[in-house]
Amino acid sequence: MERAVVCAGFGGQGVLLAGKILARAGMDAGLDVTWLPSYGPEMRGGTANCTVVLSDEPIGSPIGENPDVLLAMNGPSLDRFESRVAEGGAIVVNRSLIARDLTRKDVCGIFIAANDVARELGEPRVANMIALGAVVRALGILPLETVKKAMTVELGAKGRERLIALNQEALERGYAAAPPC
Amino acid sequence: MAERQLMTGNEAMAEAAIRAGLRAYFGYPITPQNEVLEYMAAHLPQAGGAFLQAESEVAAINMCYGAAAAGVRAMTSSSSPGVSLKMEGISYLAGADLPCVILNAARGGPGLGNIAPAQGDYFQATKGGGHGDYRLIVLAPSTGQEAAELAGLAFDLSDRYRVPALILADGMLGQMMEPVTLPPPRDPGTLPPKPWALTGAKGREPNLIASFALEPTVLREINVKRYARYREIEAREVRWEEVATEDAEVLLIAYGTMGRIAKTVVRRGRERGVKVGLLRPITLWPFPYAPIRTLAERVKAILTVELSAGQMWEDVRLAVEGRTATPFYGELGGVVPTPSDILQEVLRYA
Repeated sequence: MERAVVCAGFGGQGVLLAGKILARAGMDAGLDVTWLPSYGPEMRGGTANCTVVLSDEPIGSPIGENPDVLLAMNGPSLDRFESRVAEGGAIVVNRSLIARDLTRKDVCGIFIAANDVARELGEPRVANMIALGAVVRALGILPLETVKKAMTVELGAKGRERLIALNQEALERGYAAAPPC
Repeated sequence: MAERQLMTGNEAMAEAAIRAGLRAYFGYPITPQNEVLEYMAAHLPQAGGAFLQAESEVAAINMCYGAAAAGVRAMTSSSSPGVSLKMEGISYLAGADLPCVILNAARGGPGLGNIAPAQGDYFQATKGGGHGDYRLIVLAPSTGQEAAELAGLAFDLSDRYRVPALILADGMLGQMMEPVTLPPPRDPGTLPPKPWALTGAKGREPNLIASFALEPTVLREINVKRYARYREIEAREVRWEEVATEDAEVLLIAYGTMGRIAKTVVRRGRERGVKVGLLRPITLWPFPYAPIRTLAERVKAILTVELSAGQMWEDVRLAVEGRTATPFYGELGGVVPTPSDILQEVLRYA
């Protein structure tokens, strides 16, 4: 079993962090994982992406040329990566920023208005966790609880209880909102 | 068992170096190895070592020379253009028989190039780069775990043979996070003594560290002695990994990042019934000539795959000496081929 996930969006949308949490959850679940960021001169407002590979065998290529799941947090990310998604894979589309439908008919589209749901929760910055919840559901190999724990480790627990509770809720909302493919 | 930690290759090498007894690190920022400096700045002083961000790469490598002469485990790191700047100092370290570890998280070149992963520094690492008749021990990790292990080995080999060791990684390995199980920390006080070091000549004859001997017969003698150590390294320290070579008809040869990607190629090829195997050099110098020669007797082709226009390829052909076909597949400029790209090449020779 080997799965690749690409998380892509504007710099500042938290796609690298979402990928890191996914990678940590995979490691905690006993899998081999790689987390490969785009490490160019990105900045807030530019584009950023990372590829996470999860496998029950040692991982050769960390590139994920045909990801099983794509998280597209903005339009340019969907334009760039849609054609690369594996046949039968899933694309989580951030409906808050992407109006168009998928051009692919052979993948499962999961449309979530991540920024709008985040605002409902009173914290615009948790949009990435809402989207990650949907990714976890689409991926179907990691328990949400493991991802929640990994998120807690990545965010650092001390004095951040409110933030962590909010992010947990965001993960749950995204997970629940993702229709089964 | 020690805990698996999620860390970048750069962090893994930095932490493993500290655990190997590194006590003097000198660096200068350049992408994609800045995390090494950051990590050293945050953690080396806590381990009782000295971290210094030098005013230039040239200064950093010469600080290594000083620290190594004093008998301390010393290290610098940089990326391709910065490593070029260090070459004079590296030649001096080699000429003075000083152990030192140099990390190159290589990037696209030549010139300023870009910051993407590349393997265009193979010639520089293994064939000189600096002036004079010298060798570096060159280690090429392919995963974060191996990077941590080889960082420790680099210090041990460098100390044992008094030959500088270079870790040839690349931007991908440096930036990528993977689970790493770190080696236990070692106390520098328990490392083998260095009676040649400059520690103050109280109660003993003074030691001399120099890369300078005006009299030709004297310099010859020094170089001949050093070459005897090089021969010993070639005899004892060649390291490589073989994957599915027993019945391979097409043999891939790839190192570092390409070495791990080639493993995926072997797995996918085997799933399709293609008899493809892999030999992955772990030491680039000394190079695994002998095992490649042995395999050359029984495979249809040896396909070398590199992120370069064909540098290690020259060593492969030296090993093969015409025993079998030696095609090459490479990508340039920081482009990393996918397993499918490489498998397609393999199929041409299967």
